Amino acid sequence: MDAATGLSLGGFVTAFVVGGLICVLAQLVLDLTRLTGAHVMVLFVVLGAAASGLGLYDPLIRFAGAGASIPLPAFGHALVQGMLKGAASTGLSGLLSGGLSAAALPLTVAILFGLAMALTFRPKG
Amino acid sequence: MPKSRAKAGPGKVGQTMVFAKAPTILGAASVVGPREGAGPLSGWFDVIKPDRLLGQRSWEMAESKMVEEAVDLALAKAGVKRRDLDFLLAGDLLNQIIASSFAARNIDRPYLGLYGACSTMALALALGAALVSAGFARHVGAVSSSHHDTAERQYRSPTEFGSQRPLTAQWTATAAGAVVMGPPGQGDLRLTHATIGRVVDNDQKNPFDMGSAMAPAAADTIVAHFKDTGRKPDAYDLIVTGDLAAVGQPLAGDLLAEKGIDLGNRFVDCGKMIYDETQDAHAGGSGCGCSASVFAGYLVKNLAAGKLRRVLFVGTGALHSPTSYQQGESIPCVAHAVAVENGRVCGN
Amino acid sequence: MAKADKSTAQRYARLVARRSPKPPVLRNAVTAFLGGGAICSLGQAVLGFFLVRGLTLGEAAITASAVMVGLGALLTGLGIYDEMGRWAGMGAALPITGFANSIVSPAMEYRREGLVLGVGARLFTIAGPVIVYAVAAALLASVVRLLVSGGLGG
Repeated sequence: MDAATGLSLGGFVTAFVVGGLICVLAQLVLDLTRLTGAHVMVLFVVLGAAASGLGLYDPLIRFAGAGASIPLPAFGHALVQGMLKGAASTGLSGLLSGGLSAAALPLTVAILFGLAMALTFRPKG
Repeated sequence: MPKSRAKAGPGKVGQTMVFAKAPTILGAASVVGPREGAGPLSGWFDVIKPDRLLGQRSWEMAESKMVEEAVDLALAKAGVKRRDLDFLLAGDLLNQIIASSFAARNIDRPYLGLYGACSTMALALALGAALVSAGFARHVGAVSSSHHDTAERQYRSPTEFGSQRPLTAQWTATAAGAVVMGPPGQGDLRLTHATIGRVVDNDQKNPFDMGSAMAPAAADTIVAHFKDTGRKPDAYDLIVTGDLAAVGQPLAGDLLAEKGIDLGNRFVDCGKMIYDETQDAHAGGSGCGCSASVFAGYLVKNLAAGKLRRVLFVGTGALHSPTSYQQGESIPCVAHAVAVENGRVCGN
Repeated sequence: MAKADKSTAQRYARLVARRSPKPPVLRNAVTAFLGGGAICSLGQAVLGFFLVRGLTLGEAAITASAVMVGLGALLTGLGIYDEMGRWAGMGAALPITGFANSIVSPAMEYRREGLVLGVGARLFTIAGPVIVYAVAAALLASVVRLLVSGGLGG
């Protein structure tokens, strides 16, 4: 996916459909099994890591853009890609540090916003 | 007058305390939140709060404030001063029942903290009646509360967390109900019997389906009540569980039918009464405050007006904790029943 | 009366199954699709923005995720995200915005318990397991991948 296809109508439709379908899959697991929402989130991040290891997730992101990179499996995928890249450059230490380094940006933003929101807003219930 | 009362002397039959000198209800009050105030029972509650925080600094202190307010209002209606309250019996859903205990700190009377989950109001009424009937007290306050947000954060997830609730889930009511009991002969409304339930556990494990867990306990106590008192369902205008809601109440009906007991349309449930279908409460209301406010609001007022002659109020409680269900334990439940009647209408 | 014996419990479980309302699977699937699709489309706009600025797809994807985390956090702070979650279910929970919601909502909720033991300690109550198992699963997947391709030790 490049900028032109990414911002084309087709790019948006594909992102909507693929992203929506991944969420539907998670919803079905939630509704048809006894797993709770927290379990489903864990399951899908693990599935994302597995799909990434099998080389399946990268093509999905190339095809669907944010439809694949925004749902939680992408988090598992980002870790795997980071670990593989780290392993290729510095071996074992790269393998162990590459994962969280790759995901550091959204994680840091989440922590900072968590603090900021807690200091700014009160829960409305 | 049913023959059972003449037959049963003071004391206990089976699981049932029979109050030969029946304590009276001198005053009752209910304080509820905005959602409950917008429900079908709106007109029966004494105070409807416009928001759930009540100007306090936490949901917990808001709940405690509701307890205090309900007690003071019930005392005012009873014409009893705080200092004339011999005992305060109170309980709620929070860890170490802080809503009740913090209210009791302010009310400053001898305090018995109770825990029976959503059966707490029935438990408080039963024990209060026993204290008055036995002559250990002239005036006893019984109060119970719940708050949607305190319960959510303790039992489920943070209030701003965006999760979907299954249809079997009940909505914890933001409500408190208080009753002031007095000595025999002081008023029309009398507490005549209290049936104390056993802990029943049919191996239900779903914390989002309290109704199914509690229904067997409700049926067990109702069966015991009829057996102990010799009464039939038609002795009561209403048999009110609190709170089995839309899933649990029919299940209790099924279990009673297996024992040959048909309560018919006199069988109602506080959890089903407090919200209507448009209020997104799924199976219905729950929480100690739900049955407490329906009792102190709707039931006591209808009894006092003579529109209801006699009711059996059956509080049902799920006695699990987040720890126990995370460890995979099933949900033990209990139900306590108290019989309340308008002595003027029922005669002596 | 102690705990019910096995046959009573099983018989009761069947009764419960008959009386329990079935989840509205179709409706939930539709709202999850619409909610999740809409959030991903918005993410696509952010992704496109970074692609236009010359980032690689990988860089753009992770940066877009971070922007969406900020958005999810803000909507949580404003008290909007819980309503979205109630409607869209996994359509709101599974996108990275839902991950942000799972971090920000306990942080806000436990503010009253203090900055350290409230906000700090509770921040990851829901997201923590996701991170733990993501790291564990990713390491496993990576090691397997490297063993298969013979790339470990490079």
